[in-house]
Amino acid sequence: MSAAEQAAANRKVVKRLTIAAVAMFGFGFALVPLYDVFCDITGINGKTGRIELEAALGQTVDEDRMVTVEFLATVSSDLPWEFKPMVKKVKVHPGEVTEVHYYAMNKTGNQIAGQAVPSLAPGLAAKYFNKTECFCFTRQSLGPGEGKQMPLRFVVDPALPDEVHRVSLSYTFYQAEPVAAGKEDSSDSAQLDSIL
Amino acid sequence: MSTATTHDEHHDHGAPSGLMRWITTTNHKDIGTLYLWFAFIMLLIGGAMAMVIRAELFQPGLQVVDPHFFNTMTTMHGLIMVFGAIMPGMVGLANWQIPLMIGAPDMALPRMNNWSFWILPFAGTMLLSTLFMEGGGPAFGWTFYAPLSTTFAPASTDFFIFAVHMLGFSSIMGSINIIATVLNMRAPGMTLMKMPLFVWTWFITAFLLIAVMPVLAGAVTMMLTDRNFGTSFFSAAGGGDPVLFQHVFWFFGHPEVYIMILPAFGVISEIIPTFARKKLFGYSSMVYATASIAFLSFIVYAHHMFTTGMPVAGELYFMYATIMIAVPTAVKVFNWTATMWKGSMTFETPMLWAIAFVFLFTIGGFTGLMMGIAPADMQYHDTYFIVAHFHYVLVTGALFAMIGAFYYWMPKWSGHMVSERLGKIHFWWSVISVNVLFFPQHFIGLAGMPRRIPDYSLQFADWNMVSSLGGFAFGLAQVFFLFIIIKTIRGGKAATSQVWEGAHGLEWTVPSPAPYHTFETAPEVR
Repeated sequence: MSAAEQAAANRKVVKRLTIAAVAMFGFGFALVPLYDVFCDITGINGKTGRIELEAALGQTVDEDRMVTVEFLATVSSDLPWEFKPMVKKVKVHPGEVTEVHYYAMNKTGNQIAGQAVPSLAPGLAAKYFNKTECFCFTRQSLGPGEGKQMPLRFVVDPALPDEVHRVSLSYTFYQAEPVAAGKEDSSDSAQLDSIL
Repeated sequence: MSTATTHDEHHDHGAPSGLMRWITTTNHKDIGTLYLWFAFIMLLIGGAMAMVIRAELFQPGLQVVDPHFFNTMTTMHGLIMVFGAIMPGMVGLANWQIPLMIGAPDMALPRMNNWSFWILPFAGTMLLSTLFMEGGGPAFGWTFYAPLSTTFAPASTDFFIFAVHMLGFSSIMGSINIIATVLNMRAPGMTLMKMPLFVWTWFITAFLLIAVMPVLAGAVTMMLTDRNFGTSFFSAAGGGDPVLFQHVFWFFGHPEVYIMILPAFGVISEIIPTFARKKLFGYSSMVYATASIAFLSFIVYAHHMFTTGMPVAGELYFMYATIMIAVPTAVKVFNWTATMWKGSMTFETPMLWAIAFVFLFTIGGFTGLMMGIAPADMQYHDTYFIVAHFHYVLVTGALFAMIGAFYYWMPKWSGHMVSERLGKIHFWWSVISVNVLFFPQHFIGLAGMPRRIPDYSLQFADWNMVSSLGGFAFGLAQVFFLFIIIKTIRGGKAATSQVWEGAHGLEWTVPSPAPYHTFETAPEVR
């Protein structure tokens, strides 16, 4: 190989490998949406679904089967709230629309907004667990010392695998970024979509 | 882009003198030496941190350092050893040896080579400087899991992030250089399948580095924006997911462990045939096994995450895939053993390190298999058992191979034979103390002692004391190693070109010490 050929060959290698390195940097970021899509398809991340009430009511109720749904509540350390389920657990038939309540109370003297994030165990059951109404769909804002009951309406899909008899639904409340009154910007709802 | 041919301009000159020689050098031997010294200094710094850790763990209770500083030590020890000692050390060996072994006058891209090295001291300084910052250095473990490294980390973490970026640039440039050298600079007749195995393993490692270092850079960039710019990649409150961090990290992290061990496999594949006076058994199977390990490393990473609540199907897949890596690895171990079988073996110092590598690395491999079994891993996860496991593969594996490489090639680098007597003292001192250090950690790990804690229950006290004593002895042995290195540079029995009776390969055809410029006319390889 002459010097010029050598230099050209080296340039080619450098170019290709630099492109490969840049592409892999991009791949690292592509893992973020890929991960969400993968979890969505396989339903392995405990992320529950949201459906319209009509669709929920249209499901046939499986009277022969009972599923126990347990309710858990956690508050992030940065949020001075009390947060608990009103009932610890309910037994439901798959296909039956059920409503329960959680209770949250602001222990401080300030107005604070919080966002609840759900997670369902076992993770594989998550895609069979759908909500028509949930306090986690929007931010909840509580005034000083204010407490309120928050509704959660859900339905367990009759297609839930037979071996699942018990699911645990857990909510963690995080402090939400303070928003100016009356202003619900679009980036906010986009962010919420990714949570739900 | 400058190429090696620019060296023709200053033909026949030796090395320039003074400090500027080292700062401006584009010579692969100089840069190799710089890398090796950098790695050794980092080994001593990281080793000093290990001594702090072992001193604190000598007895239960808190005696020597406060818990936060202890966590900083475990974190920095890991980071310094992985990114400062093992990786640059292997790159140093590559710089010195690859051109000599394939009959090239230099690396393909000498100026970039200079830059690859000179980024390192700055990155290392930046990483170490975090120790002196307000709030202390990173204390979240070398795996820097979010949210510990994002929401709850000290302010110095941003310096750690930039240090990792710089280390990544250095590694990627070094890898591009190695690939270009191997592809374009081989002597006539040196076909790919005639290349020495050390060159092969580094060639494959360089591809791994280019594939995963950018992903690591992506992970720390996400950390950076989560910490400072309001993104929520790893924050559940904002719609992100802390487990995502582990996926991105281990997509880098698992290939990374092979990045550290594949060049070591290459070193051992050079040393054993020399002292068994036989050709390497199963050369082509070694090449294919290396490539298989590299491929498998991308599809097994979630075995680090069995306890995150993965579905059973995922655990089964990652368990089977992980155990499959035992096949190409066993091919290698059996090939080394078969190379020694009925060989005319002698036991010079490099051979002792190589045999210790085969024996002790295999122990580390077996404990790896144990943890690859998902249900068993639930018990071993984050205990001292994993600490014992990865120290067997990284200390008695990668580090022993590098020390073996030093004893093997030092006569070629310096022109002086290393004292066999001192080398053997260093070997036996190290090999005994390292087992006293790490073997008991299997026991305390199985008994349930968690890793990364400064204090522990009384029932772990005895073995921790034994382990600490072994640790101090092993640490001291490496200070003795520094003495051996300096003594050999300053003088010793003159080495012949061949150096070792059974040595084959192009690097043994040039005089010892290797002249500043070698193979300016390409050698003929038959």
